[in-house]
Parts: sequence; C-alpha cells; structure tokens
Amino acid sequence: MAEIAIKQVAKRFGGFTALHSIDLTIADQEFMVLLGASGCGKTTLLRIVAGLETPSQGEVWIGGRRVDHLPPRDRGIAMVFQNYAVFPHLTVFENIAFGLRMKKLPQQEVERRVTRTAELMHIEQLLKRYSGQLSGGQRQRVAVARALAMEPDVILMDEPLSNLDALLRLEMRAELKGVLAASKTTTIYVTHDQVEAMSLADRIAVMHQGRIVQAASPVEVYRNPAARFVGSFIGNPPMNCIPATKTGNGSWTVAGLTLPGPKSDKHRIEFAIRPEDVDAGDEGLHATVRVVEPLGPHTLVTCDVEGGLFRAILESSAAIAVGDHLRLAPKADRIRWFDPETTNAL
Amino acid sequence: MHGKALPYLLLMPATLFLCVFFLYPFALVAFEAFTRDGGFTLDNFRTMTGNWKFPVAFWNTILLAAIVVPIQLVMALLMATVVSRLETGRGAALYIFAIPLGISDLAAGLIWLAIFDQSGFLNTLLSNLGLVDRPVMFLGYQSKLTIFVAVVLAEIWRATAIMMVILVAGIGLIPREYHEAAEVFGASPWKRFVKITLPLLRPSLQTAIILRVILAFEVFAVVAALGGTNFPVLMGETYNWQFSLQDRNVAAAFALLILAISVGLTLFFLRVLRVPKEARI
Ligand SMILES: Nc1ncnc2c1ncn2[C@@H]1O[C@H](COP(=O)(O)OP(=O)(O)OP(=O)(O)O)[C@@H](O)[C@H]1O
Ligand SMILES: [Mg+2]
Repeated sequence: MAEIAIKQVAKRFGGFTALHSIDLTIADQEFMVLLGASGCGKTTLLRIVAGLETPSQGEVWIGGRRVDHLPPRDRGIAMVFQNYAVFPHLTVFENIAFGLRMKKLPQQEVERRVTRTAELMHIEQLLKRYSGQLSGGQRQRVAVARALAMEPDVILMDEPLSNLDALLRLEMRAELKGVLAASKTTTIYVTHDQVEAMSLADRIAVMHQGRIVQAASPVEVYRNPAARFVGSFIGNPPMNCIPATKTGNGSWTVAGLTLPGPKSDKHRIEFAIRPEDVDAGDEGLHATVRVVEPLGPHTLVTCDVEGGLFRAILESSAAIAVGDHLRLAPKADRIRWFDPETTNAL
Repeated sequence: MHGKALPYLLLMPATLFLCVFFLYPFALVAFEAFTRDGGFTLDNFRTMTGNWKFPVAFWNTILLAAIVVPIQLVMALLMATVVSRLETGRGAALYIFAIPLGISDLAAGLIWLAIFDQSGFLNTLLSNLGLVDRPVMFLGYQSKLTIFVAVVLAEIWRATAIMMVILVAGIGLIPREYHEAAEVFGASPWKRFVKITLPLLRPSLQTAIILRVILAFEVFAVVAALGGTNFPVLMGETYNWQFSLQDRNVAAAFALLILAISVGLTLFFLRVLRVPKEARI
C-alpha cells in the first residue's frame, strides 16, 4: 500500500518560485500523470517526491510515512530518468541488478528478478551488452527494467519516452501501461505530451507556472476543464474561447446566439466549446469560413467568430468552401464558461 | 584525396617540432649512452650499475614514488570530491589548493628546508614550547628517515594539486544523473563513490597517475634542497655524473634508465586502467 500525499509543497530557487504550495494525493496503485508546458515545475515536483530535491516547505508522505527528511533510498521508490541514466560501465544485467545488489539480496534472487524483468521488457538477449551498444529504445527498456526489478511501492518517471521516435513511443506507451498495471505500483509520470497523458493516466494533474490547475481523470480534464489554460493546453486543436455578453439573469449572447449560462454579476464572461462539439446548421454562432482542411474522417474548419479564430471539426460530407457563412450550433451539455479575470471555470 | 590528406597536413608542423626538439635530442642521448670514444659499448650502463650509490639511488627513487603517489592519489581524490561538491566558492577553493603548483620544485624544497632546518621554524617552535633544549638536526646525514619524511611531505604539498585538478575536471564530466540514479537505487555515499565515481573516473585517474608517476621518477630539486647528497635519487645521480663527474655518457645512461622506467609504468597504467570502448560514457 503506497498512497502518496504531497502537502503544501513549495520550492524556491533563490528568488524564483518554481512551485507554489502544491497539494496532491495519489491513491495506491494509481497512475498519475503530471502534465504541463516546459518549465512549469513537473520535474521539480517529481524530484521532491524522489528526495533528490528538498522542498522549501511542505510535507511528502508515502504509504502513511512522512518521507521528506529521508534520503531517496529509504523512500521505497524507483525512478526512470529522462536520459535513462543507464550506467555506462556496467552491463545491462548489472544495471538491472544494481538496486538489488545494494539491498544485498542473495545472488539467486538477483538473477531471478533480473531475468524476470528483462523478459517483461523484452531485453533478455541484451543482458551482456553495455549501454553504449544499445539503441535509445533499448536503453529506455533497461531503465524501466531496473526500476521494476526493485519491486518498488512507487515508480517515478520523468518524460521516459521523450527521446524516442514517434512510432517507438506509441509502442512503448502501450507496453508501459500494461507492465505498470500488472506491477501494482503507484506511478507518477511526468510528460508534456497530452496524448501520452490521456492514454496512460488514471488521473492527470495539469500544472501551470508552478501550480496544479486541475487533477482529474483524463475524460474529466478534457470535457470539464477547470480553467481556460487546461482547455487550451489539452486537446488538439484546443478549446475555442469567445466572449459572451450578459443579456439577462443567467442569459448570455455569444456571436449572435443567446444561450442560458451561469448566473454572474460580471458583464462579460467567456464561452468555451471543443471544436468537435459544434454542428453546422440553421441556427448557432455566426461564423465566416477562413480555411478548410479535409482530414479524412472529418473536416477541420477554421472560421472567424466575433473577430477571433474558431476551429470546428465537422463531418467530411458537409460541402463547405472558404468564404461561406455558417451557423455553428454548440452542443448544450458541452458548453463551458470561464471567468475572464481569474480564467477559472464558472 | 584532398580531404583525407588535410588532417595529416595540419599535424605536420607539430610533428616536425617534435622531431626536431624531442626525437633528435633523444637520439643524441641514446647514442651517447651506448658509445664511448666513438665505439658501441654497454660500459656506461656497467659503470652506472656498478657504482655503490646506484642501488641506493634506485631504491630511494622507487620507495619515494611508491609512498608519495598512493598518498597523493587518495588525497587528490578526497580533495577533488570535496571541491566538486561545493556550490559556492569552488573556484576559490580550487585556486587555493593549486597555489603550490605555481611554485617551482626548487623553491618548494627551500620552503620545506626553512621548516626543517637546524634554525628553521620547526626547531624554533619546539624550543619555544620548551620541548627541546637545543635545535634538532632533522636533516643530518644520520637521519635518513627524517630526510625521507621531509621529502615525502614536500612532494605531497607540492604536487598533489596537479592530480586534484585533473580529477576535478574528470568528476565534472560525469553526468549528475548517474549519481542520482545510484542514490535512488539505494547506494550510500560511499557506495556511490566506489561503484559510480571511481569507475567512471578511470580515464582521468589514468592521466593523473601516469603524469604523477613520471614526475615522481624525475624527482630532483626537492631532494637536492632537503637531503643534498645524503639522499641520492636517480635524477640527482644523472646531474652528478653530468656536471660533477663530467661523464656525459654515464649521465645519458641514467637518463635512458629513467625514461625506460617511465615508459614501462605508463604502458602498465594504460593497460590496467583501460576502459573498454563499449563501456565509455
Ligand atoms: N536548480 C535550479 N535552480 C534554479 N532554477 C531552477 C532549478 N531547477 C529548476 N529551476 C527552474 O524551475 C522551473 C521548473 O523547472 P522544472 O525542471 O521543474 O520544469 P519542467 O516542468 O520539468 O520542464 P521541462 O518540461 O522542460 O522538463 C524552471 O523555470 C526552471 O528554470
Ligand atoms: Mg522536466
């Protein structure tokens, strides 16, 4: 049982605050992905959990034990580094066995675990090689095998797939998911790739400028972004945001369409909708088509709405040409509203 | 064709320089060592080894190297590790440790002479503390051991920094991730040093040891200042034969012997501390 609790953790580097008071609880055996743009503090948070960085304030608990004063080796964790950190002077076998030897496990047990994890990661034929004789993908497998061999409560991964080519990434992603689910460990996985995050995570914690903006299941994060940043960061193309003007109590006008919305004393708020959640019809937002991109299964249409860009994913059967005027009807249950000042969902 | 020849062309000046200023004098010395009065002979080597001072000088030199180099290696490793860990003041620490490097070996010998001399600092200190009644002869002809200890101290003081500088550079080349990975996978600081730092530092260790061993066999000025003729070493004997005994041929034989030892040990350390190509960083 290894629940991870991060309580009010902050990290300052000199005058720069990399993390502002982070609170996050990760359930036992949960796969948590930290997702965010470069420089938002994902690695810093992961390193604090690992014990490679000390928090400026706050507590880290793993499996009901406060660990922020413990060295990494006493935290029951294993880690996969971004550049793999496969020791160049040791064979693959000794790399995987490294942690086991440090634990002084009997040779028989070491061999059993190395063989088992090597088979799991399909590198059993590479055990005698050195890191310099491996491809990037193979090195990555060794790094994962080394972590799995520890049979840790918690595995931490910092962008483990970012150095692989697209195809290998897809393959490793699926494999990792299976292997980690079977190993019953709690996982924190750092990435800036939203597709990776969506496909792997039980829950995604979206980070922005040293804060966690939202921590929820992939579908929830996608469908119900807690802030404008989440809506625009996740989803490709991103969520559309256009201004809405108050026309009554709980009634708003958006690009010529009047919609029921949240009750607010603000005059203008933001209306947001995913590109795939609109239909072309007789009623809806007034839009002028700028670019049409047929993508096969559907067509991506970029329009002008209220003087701003608006992307819609429409059925490819619809005959649409540049310059056409469209009425785009949003699906009522997919509409989100944001406060323009705090950018939070209303 | 042009592209292939270019690197060699660029190496030409350096190669020429080496031939003129190294190989040629070397050939001259070798020639002198093996000739006397115009004919080929091994007499110079017989004279060299036959002299009663030769075994003393030979074993003194070896003993000195065998004691100084390991001590220096351990100290340099320790200092380099500490310096590499510093977050602030690293440059200053490196600079301070490296100060003895800027002092010539004769000056270093003289500094330590000023300490151990009959009227030196150590004697002054001891008599001021009332520990001795009259000055002690630390470096007299009967006290071979104290001379040896003084030379060892002076050598360590003088030339540890050169190993340290090489090792600091080497440690800096090891990516931090390896240490962190070892830390996460359960290695204590000592284990990290033994299992990660030392093996990955092998190329730098090799350079540092070879350089230091060669220097150790050329030890001369420090010994001359502290021991004079009471503590013969190979290089001192070379000097002796060349200038006091005016026999260039035997001096050349000594020079060749020192060269042979240096080359032999260099090859030995190149072999022992070799890093296989596939296991490099
Ligand atoms: N040792 C340090 N000293 C000073 N600033 C640092 C240090 N480490 C990280 N930072 C800063 O903290 C912020 C967060 O860094 P972090 O490495 O956690 O980002 P990240 O989210 O992992 O980004 P990436 O996706 O590029 O890896 C960055 O702005 C970075 O410049
Ligand atoms: Mg990072």
